Amino acid sequence: MRQYALKRIALIIPTVLLVSIIVFTVMRLLPGDPALVILSEGDAAFTQQELEDLRKQLGTNRPIAIQYVEWIGGLVQGDLGTSISRFGQPVSKLVGERIPRTLELAVLAIIIAVVFAVPLGVISAIKPDSPIDYLSRVITLVGISIPTFFAGLLVVLVLSRGFGWLPPLGYADLWEDPWENLLQMFLPALALGFYDMAFIARVTRSSMMEIIREDYMRTARAKGLAERIVLVRHGLKNAVLPILTISGWQFGRLFGGTVIIESIFKVPGIGTLLIESVFQRDFPTLQAIIIVIAVSIVIINLLVDLLYGLLDPRIRYA
Amino acid sequence: MTTNTGQAAPGITEEQQLDIRPKQGTLKRIGSFCRTKPLGAVSAAIIILTIFTAVFAPVLAPYDPLDLNHEPFIAPSPSAWLGADELGRDVFSRVIFGARVSMYVGLASVLIGISLGTIIGIISAYVGGIIDLTIQRIVDALMAFPAIIMALGLTAVLGSSVNNIVAALVVILLPGAIRVIRAQVLSIKELDYTLAAQAIGARPWRIMLRHILPNVVASYIVLSTITLGLAIIIEASLTFLGVGISADIPTWGGMLTEGAQKYIRTAWWLAVFPGMAISIVVFAINFLGDALRDTLDPRLRGR
Repeated sequence: MRQYALKRIALIIPTVLLVSIIVFTVMRLLPGDPALVILSEGDAAFTQQELEDLRKQLGTNRPIAIQYVEWIGGLVQGDLGTSISRFGQPVSKLVGERIPRTLELAVLAIIIAVVFAVPLGVISAIKPDSPIDYLSRVITLVGISIPTFFAGLLVVLVLSRGFGWLPPLGYADLWEDPWENLLQMFLPALALGFYDMAFIARVTRSSMMEIIREDYMRTARAKGLAERIVLVRHGLKNAVLPILTISGWQFGRLFGGTVIIESIFKVPGIGTLLIESVFQRDFPTLQAIIIVIAVSIVIINLLVDLLYGLLDPRIRYA
Repeated sequence: MTTNTGQAAPGITEEQQLDIRPKQGTLKRIGSFCRTKPLGAVSAAIIILTIFTAVFAPVLAPYDPLDLNHEPFIAPSPSAWLGADELGRDVFSRVIFGARVSMYVGLASVLIGISLGTIIGIISAYVGGIIDLTIQRIVDALMAFPAIIMALGLTAVLGSSVNNIVAALVVILLPGAIRVIRAQVLSIKELDYTLAAQAIGARPWRIMLRHILPNVVASYIVLSTITLGLAIIIEASLTFLGVGISADIPTWGGMLTEGAQKYIRTAWWLAVFPGMAISIVVFAINFLGDALRDTLDPRLRGR
């Protein structure tokens, strides 16, 4: 296991380096001088001095290789650069403030997704072609087909028109007012988790279908175990590996979905910060957020891989 | 060479005569697909209908999508089937025209992205060595970016014209396609017919073109179908977030943006119909993808 873990961890170093190079290069694709672009966006006239200052602030007055090395040096020390639009606040502070909210949203969404998906998938698999199976297959296909933003709007529409209820506006901090916070976060999490629920249910169904035909399931039944125990201890336990991998991947993907859900439900998370920085052409912030998200996903995938190795010895020695 | 001389001469070559398997014609195969996968066939019909609608939008739409034909905020009624928006534009006509951008962006990005991904995947797997290693590390890195965030970053930098969105989508679709095709080629590479071709001294490009490419066509079709839905959703999401295609052109994502978000409680039809259009098309695409996967390539199941 230790060797496997070390190998996995070593493999993410080139990946993270490449991720940083990709982000850096894409941000430099910006045609022309970023400082000039940013200044000419505003209506106000600007002086040569302001242009020079902004270039210095962005660091674009130096050779590109040096810019990259300095940027990486800063990243390693937790310095994500300075925001342009927010009065020169350090980006790390902005990101640090908002990441916990997005994480809360993502964790809630994945919990909702798994809690509904696994039973749905299992029932569907043990009774194939039954009405429940057809229903769950249609629900899951609808689930992966409805775009996140439409799911979000539908949730708002159904609750406001159907029940005349909307979550309290604004944003309450989880630690200051947990109840208010959960009320506000539940709907966005539900809208966000719907796709993942559908996806995980489909994977659960197909992996349970394969396992049900295995010899050890027949043996377990033959020795007189109760059906419930056969399904949970022998069936689900073996089906859990692909479910876990998919859930891990989906968790990474949720960072993308939160951008949309946060903008619908006005959650002040990392997604809204990302959109704001796109509109305000705040490239240092945009660059920092993208790299933080990408590296988080690399790390989440690594953890999933390690967990996979821990649970299934076949992976470790392959 | 067979030339059409008007005679009923069967244009059968020696090679085909040697093949004793009963060969199914394309029509017959489509027929049997419709019988075994009726829902898949219905989905294919919906997709073809949508493409048809997109192409002939000016003929099919009852009103000009940009003209103010109605009173603002008319609910769905016989004169305005799906109602009118805040300016009085006909929602039904706008939904019809919205199919244009969605289908163009979706089909173009999938065609370019999956084709390029297939070529790179085949080369990566067949050539192997340092080239394979390099490509795979780049794929790993590209996969670390969630699709929508990659799309936001690229369009923020490139600008959000229709073709730039296609370019961004190509970058998003590439890594997944490379990975799936590469995995397939790795196993095809070890099969007897590839080894036999190598043994008689066929050149690598010939093996890749004549022996490997035809065997990944099924995966190519399935991948294209499945990713088409993703591409359409991402384009709509970008426009929804306000960084996509400009508001002058009616798009499904655009119709759902601010206006619809603002009026969701008063004029539900503004958001619901374009949203339904996207969902139905993507639903059909996913259903067809599932059916094609079962029919053409059971190995891809569960991916």
